[in-house]
Amino acid sequence: MKPFTYTRAETVADAVAALAASPQAQFLAGGTNLVDLMKYEVARPDAIIDINPLPLGAIEDLPDGGLRIGALASNSAVAYDERVQLRFPLLSSAILAGASPQLRNAATTGGNLLQRTRCAYFYDPSTPCNKREPGSGCAAIGGLTRMHAILGASDKCIAVHPSDMCVALAALDATVEVVGPDSARDIAFGDFHRLPGDMPHRDNTLEPGELVTGIRLEANHFAGHYTYLKLRDRLSYAFALVSVAAAMEIADGQILDLRVALGGVAHKPWRDPLAEAEFAGAPVEDETFQKVAERLLLEARGHGGNDFKIPLARKAIVRALRQAASGTPQSQTIKAIQ
Amino acid sequence: MDTALPSRLPTCPLSLTINGTPYTLDVHPWTTLLDLLRSDLELTGTKKGCDHGQCGACTVLIDGQRMNACLKLAVTLEGAEITTVEGLGTPDRMHPVQKAFVEHDAFQCGYCTPGQICSAVGLLQEGHARTRDEIRELMSGNLCRCGAYTNIADAIEEVLESQASWREAAE
Repeated sequence: MKPFTYTRAETVADAVAALAASPQAQFLAGGTNLVDLMKYEVARPDAIIDINPLPLGAIEDLPDGGLRIGALASNSAVAYDERVQLRFPLLSSAILAGASPQLRNAATTGGNLLQRTRCAYFYDPSTPCNKREPGSGCAAIGGLTRMHAILGASDKCIAVHPSDMCVALAALDATVEVVGPDSARDIAFGDFHRLPGDMPHRDNTLEPGELVTGIRLEANHFAGHYTYLKLRDRLSYAFALVSVAAAMEIADGQILDLRVALGGVAHKPWRDPLAEAEFAGAPVEDETFQKVAERLLLEARGHGGNDFKIPLARKAIVRALRQAASGTPQSQTIKAIQ
Repeated sequence: MDTALPSRLPTCPLSLTINGTPYTLDVHPWTTLLDLLRSDLELTGTKKGCDHGQCGACTVLIDGQRMNACLKLAVTLEGAEITTVEGLGTPDRMHPVQKAFVEHDAFQCGYCTPGQICSAVGLLQEGHARTRDEIRELMSGNLCRCGAYTNIADAIEEVLESQASWREAAE
């Protein structure tokens, strides 16, 4: 690990000012991704600003039935919070599908949003990577692409965002609260992460010096019809090949509101709200689910080693929509898929 | 890694408690809790497996919560209470989980065992596992390359059941 200086921030204003004063610095929360990246010297901050003392750990009720989750609330605290389990079970389920209990105890909400891709080439400084070193090229393209993107990739980067939690937050239209050197602002979840385009080194739309302080969730009617279905190379403790967060509101056998977010397939949690809207009023049946899958994967493209993800995603979407429709969400303990 | 660096590099003061003993230390900010325990304090019960949060061998309890010591910078643990496998029991007075591991032969080479045991203690405290399937899922952060999983699950299941019957008796 490259040596660095260490400071502890006691207030949000201090943290943001410390980062502004030292542009090569990085905030440290749970450390489950950043410390690992520093060991590989993929991340080489010259200063670490420890934000763990900040008062951002609470999960608070909002007046409209929503919740505000502080950026430092641990993944475990969120997943097992009774209000989250009752009102946003999709979020709880997605968190419990990811990582391990030890990692979830340490990892934070803000850190989960900001975790970097697990693309093996990004992690290996002996290979070119436009995300790690802009302009150096992409070793994944033409390389081993089993874990890589089938949607929204560019000729500069085919990495995927690794989070499960964020796939649920995308489906739930969460809002990200950030504080910068001059002002605070909200970012719609769909606008937070970005596609690689020509700037794959930018994972998200945060401006320099901005700190994620929390997530807001609005009340919804999805608690009866949701699922998080994650497919991976082993049953637990592995990143998704494909995952699906599905939620729907149903009336008289018809879809009123449909949400489908995909994980493991793109540089960001993948959603297509315009496509979802096309299915308002569609009958809740397998034929509709097949059409949703076809529609969402219309522009999917494989890179050889990940071609299998396209039919896998198609089947996963259908299964997930079936689970959501029937009110039988995927168990994150017993992994057999019904 | 840490020991190879010249000592003139800056250190930070750190006070924390490990297995009930208070320590006042000066640490390099890049020293992980795992390296602090093993190299600086010679508490080598906690094992280094992958050093990247992928195997669970380094699992310890930080303020009662199980975490991977390899991914925690020690300097961030000001005031924390750490429990390692050395703090759970002794050969004469084993922790119930340690005892169950011995009784069920829940290991082969033993390298992952301290992490497995600390993780199991954390799991029992968390209280989210009620069935064998839940034990298996919630122990998935601890890999055992010898494949002693069946006996590990047996051991934890026994402690869980004895706790449950004990709780029932108390009610």
